[in-house]
Amino acid sequence: MIRSEILKEIAPILNPHLVVCNIGLPSQELHMIDDNERNFYMLGTMGLSSSIGFGLALAQDKPVISIDGDGSVLTNLGTLPTIANNATGNYTLLIIDNGSYGSTGDQPTYAGMKTNLTDVARACGCDNVIEVQDKDLGPVLQGAIDSDEMTIIVCKCDSGNIKLPVITLDPVVIRHRFMEAVKA
Amino acid sequence: MNIDKKIADDLVANDVSFITTVPCKQLAGVIEEVEKRDDIFHIPSNKEDEGMGLCAGAFMGGKRPAIIMQNTAIGVTINTLATLTQFYRMPLPMIISYRGELREPVACQVEMAVHTKALLAQLNIPTYHFHWQKDVEEFDNILKYTFMSNKPVAILTDANFWGGYGDQ
Ligand SMILES: Cc1ncc(C[n+]2csc(CCOP(=O)(O)OP(=O)(O)O)c2C)c(N)n1
Ligand SMILES: [Mg+2]
Repeated sequence: MIRSEILKEIAPILNPHLVVCNIGLPSQELHMIDDNERNFYMLGTMGLSSSIGFGLALAQDKPVISIDGDGSVLTNLGTLPTIANNATGNYTLLIIDNGSYGSTGDQPTYAGMKTNLTDVARACGCDNVIEVQDKDLGPVLQGAIDSDEMTIIVCKCDSGNIKLPVITLDPVVIRHRFMEAVKA
Repeated sequence: MNIDKKIADDLVANDVSFITTVPCKQLAGVIEEVEKRDDIFHIPSNKEDEGMGLCAGAFMGGKRPAIIMQNTAIGVTINTLATLTQFYRMPLPMIISYRGELREPVACQVEMAVHTKALLAQLNIPTYHFHWQKDVEEFDNILKYTFMSNKPVAILTDANFWGGYGDQ
C-alpha cells in the first residue's frame, strides 16, 4: 500500500481525534480524504510534526496523533529522546515509513536502507514501539489511541504518490479552527 | 536583584507555563530557576527548532510557551520561525543569551553575534537587548507585548547583563 491508501483506510479512526499532519503530500492527502477542524496541516517546517503534536499532547488531555514521515523523523531525530523521556499516554506518533522522501519525488531515505527507525526509537528510550505492515495498521492504531500508554508506530509501506493540488487554506484559519477543536 | 528569579517570577506572573531550553553557560542560573518552579513545565529540547515545535503545540493546547536558548540558535531556527511561528501567527518569547558581545572570552561566539541583530531585523522580529541589570525591568512588558501581538519576540541578554563571563 502507498501512503494515500493507508490514510484512506485509517481516516475513520483518526476522525474523532486531534491530528497533526506532516508537510507536503501527507497533509494534502488527509485534506482531500477527510478535511475537518481537528486536523492541523503543516504547510512547511519539515521535521516538526512529532514535536508540535507532542507539545500539544503535553499541554492538554485529549488524544493526539502525529502523522510523520521517515524522512521527516530523520531530519529531527532529536525528537525521539525528548518524547521518550517525557512520555504522555495521550500521544501517538505514527511514522509512515515508505523509505523515501515521498513529497519530493521518492528519493530514497536511509530508513529504507540500513537504518531501522523502530530500533532507533527503542534505542532513544521509547518504551512502546510497534512496527507494523501497512495492511495491519488499523487495529494497531486504534489500540494505541485507546491505551493509556504512549505509542510509537512505524508503519512500513510502499513508496508512491497520487497527484493532488496544494492546500490553499490560510495557515491562521487552519490554526484557529484547530484551536477551537482543541477547546471543544 | 537576582535576575534569574526576576525572570522566572515575570514568566509565572504572565502565565507562561511551558518552557523549553537548550543550555548556554550564561543561562545556567535561569534554567535552574525555571526547573524549580512548580507553575512551569520545563522540557529540555535537543535542538532549538524542535523546541519551537513543542512550543507551537503547547500554545495550541492552551498554554503560554517560551524558549530559552543561545543566539547561535538563530542560525538553526530561521525556517521554523518563518514557516511555523510567524506563518501561523503564534506568540513566542525567546530569552536569548547574546554571546559574542562585550566581555566575551570565546572568539568563535563573535561570528554569530555580528549576524544576530541583522537576522532578527530581516525576520521583522521585535528585538530587545538587555545590557544592564536594570534592563530586566522591561521584561514583564515584553511578555505582555508578545502575547498581545502573537509574534515571536527576541530578548537578547549579553554577558554584561549576566555580570560578566568568567572574568569578573
Ligand atoms: C528544510 C527542508 N528541506 C527539504 C524540504 C523538502 N521536503 C518537503 S517534504 C519532504 C519529504 C518528506 O519525506 P517524509 O517525511 O518521508 O514524508 P513522505 O512524503 O515520504 O510521506 C522534503 C524533502 C523542506 N520542506 N524543508
Ligand atoms: Mg517518507
